[in-house]
Amino acid sequence: MRVKKLNRKPSLIGWGSVVGKRESEGPLSDDFDIHDKGECFGMNTWEKAESEMQRIALNTALAKAKMGAESIEAVFAGDLQNQCVSSVFGLADFGAPFFGLYGACSTFAEALLLSAMLVDGGNFDTCAAVTSSHFCVAERQYRFPLEYGGQRTPTAQRTVTGAGAAIISSANGNFPRITEVMPGRIVNKGIKDANNMGAAMAPAAIDTIRDYFNETGYSPEDFDLILTGDLGAEGHATAMDYLLGYGIDLRKNYSDCGLMIYDINRQDMHAGGSGCGCSASVICGHIMKRFEKGELKNVLYVATGALMSPSTSKQGLSIPGIAHLVRIEAGRR
Amino acid sequence: MDINEKEYKKYCAGRAKKSPVFKDTFAAFICGGAICAFAEGLKALYGMTSLPEDTVKMLVPVTLVFLAALSTGLGVFDDFAKFAGAGTLVPITGFANAVVSPAMDDKSEGLIMGVGAKMFTIAGPVIVYGVLSSALYGVIYWLCEVLL
Repeated sequence: MRVKKLNRKPSLIGWGSVVGKRESEGPLSDDFDIHDKGECFGMNTWEKAESEMQRIALNTALAKAKMGAESIEAVFAGDLQNQCVSSVFGLADFGAPFFGLYGACSTFAEALLLSAMLVDGGNFDTCAAVTSSHFCVAERQYRFPLEYGGQRTPTAQRTVTGAGAAIISSANGNFPRITEVMPGRIVNKGIKDANNMGAAMAPAAIDTIRDYFNETGYSPEDFDLILTGDLGAEGHATAMDYLLGYGIDLRKNYSDCGLMIYDINRQDMHAGGSGCGCSASVICGHIMKRFEKGELKNVLYVATGALMSPSTSKQGLSIPGIAHLVRIEAGRR
Repeated sequence: MDINEKEYKKYCAGRAKKSPVFKDTFAAFICGGAICAFAEGLKALYGMTSLPEDTVKMLVPVTLVFLAALSTGLGVFDDFAKFAGAGTLVPITGFANAVVSPAMDDKSEGLIMGVGAKMFTIAGPVIVYGVLSSALYGVIYWLCEVLL
């Protein structure tokens, strides 16, 4: 069985979301806790700006959970920077036990999944999941300098400047809860185009979603919303198409964080958003707000990641994908 | 899992949205042409002075490089290039942008290992293969002169 049922149903007791300028101009603008007028967050380098976003996101989440940093028994964090330094520098001052994760854009689900399992198993009472990505940092590391005059292909996605943090706890009360998780497998279907990450990640999402429905016997109608991380326009359509072929009809209630965070046409965002901060800020901003309002009660969150580096791409290797699943339900234990 | 790799690649290639080739080519033609026409204008302007022709021919690309570097620094070059595409890339303006933009990005890593080392990450191949092909051309030219 790949699906793990969490009997103690760890609760999400606090969340925080931080985004940059473009994201704050998008359709989810009102749902984010904090945004910057630019991309700098008061820092003199973009790398520091990304760390600052993680710091603000975790502080916001702690404030909402009405607790101090000393209550966190473990923090699971990650980002897209080499050696996960954004998380290291952003979270060092909290003094909490730290695990650095890398799952590319799927990292937030990976962090939620590990936190929830360890809280469910009774090893920890309170964990934090924090991830971020920053457009300028990612451009430097993966693509071209920011001011370089080039054109992007229509299938390319834009790395979101954003961070999300959630506090996972064994506390009782009326909170959104993580009731099931399913760790993703590495799936490689030979896509080499780094400008079409949606196509590279979609097979992993298909693998996870198909196995989830097959194992549990649920159907898509049982959920208010099925949400992939950041497949963008290409991957979203591909996943829906292939899953329909397996008899899983997602046409009614399936969306993608990469499509939600920007108004793709108005903001000229090509295939949509991506990055560790994409689904993290959408979940900790928009989705959690809708849980609070009672609009959502049962959500399947499947974050997808493209596991590549600039070197592997230049050496001609294809791009493997991964998709971790987290089910979030409203209500008491 | 049972998705056939070959079929999947074909499916993705089939559904991937293509770049608007006609629009891009047209924009590149107009913008690249405008830059070259502007350069011709500069040449005529400099020609009105008492400067010798060789100096005028040197001053024209120097002006273009300066303007491209300045607009890169002001953050407007990439906005124009997004529309113009190869229209700004092919003239010497593209080369100036390819040197200035990494220099700006990597300033945070210091003047030596940042600006100095990374300034030519994009323009480097152009220089290497440009020099190499000009040497090859020289050899061919020399052979032609000797043999013919």
